[in-house]
Amino acid sequence: MLPGFPDAAPLQGLIGGLLIGLAAALMLLGAGRIAGVSGILARGAGIAEGSMARTSAWGFIVGLPLGALAIRLATDWEPAVFAGWPLLIAAGLLVGFGTRMGSGCTSGHGVCGVSRLSQRSIVATATFMAAGIATVFIMSLIGA
Amino acid sequence: MSLTRKLLPPVASGFLFGMGLTVSGMTDPQRVRGFLDLFGNWDPTLAFVMGGAVLVMAAAWRIQARMTKPVFGEKFALPDRTDLDPRLIAGAALFGIGWGIAGLCPGPAVASLVLSPVHAIPFVAAMLAGMLLQKVTMERKVAS
Repeated sequence: MLPGFPDAAPLQGLIGGLLIGLAAALMLLGAGRIAGVSGILARGAGIAEGSMARTSAWGFIVGLPLGALAIRLATDWEPAVFAGWPLLIAAGLLVGFGTRMGSGCTSGHGVCGVSRLSQRSIVATATFMAAGIATVFIMSLIGA
Repeated sequence: MSLTRKLLPPVASGFLFGMGLTVSGMTDPQRVRGFLDLFGNWDPTLAFVMGGAVLVMAAAWRIQARMTKPVFGEKFALPDRTDLDPRLIAGAALFGIGWGIAGLCPGPAVASLVLSPVHAIPFVAAMLAGMLLQKVTMERKVAS
């Protein structure tokens, strides 16, 4: 419990964050690469060129949902609430286009790049957070 | 490179990544949008996730600096750009808008393929379409 924020889950957030950090550290020190999900996904799908073997990209892409499934089976987990299909598709297009254009997402820029103190990643992370905050604010104004 | 060496780090990294995303609640779009709802009912959980992940990765970068090659690979393949360009910022902004609309970024979307496939499949399909669209419309042609 976090005083003032009854809905927050700081402990789960921190534990999950440490696991994500370990995952990214394993990719860096084990394979010598950035654990950036958008880039690995594009590589696996054959959309992006790159030096990462497509077999390795697929290993990550398959491992990720399996890890999610392991937690799902081991804990009492409530189904999440999602936006409707039209919004999911519009958002998916923007996320796909934007992460390729901006060379990364929350994992590559937000975790790997920020921790490396990369100027590009710090600017990208500040930008997508500000854009996300503005979007949620505007949607709440128009009642979407 | 043997298949084990090629697959072990990415599969293990993906698995830990998926665990972390699910433990931390980042596979719940409402929790992610709660973090972006800075001017409403703000949920700081995502800050703890990022904090935990960046903490571990900051240590990993210090270890990386003393290594000549990754444990399971021949050499490090890391981004080396330091310049800021309009593409980075515009791409990050588009990504942030999509992130704010649906509360999904690439990692949680891939994890959700097993947790909530009905919603994750259209999002991931649209995301791949967006990545492809970016490649087709914007990718610089390299003379070969």
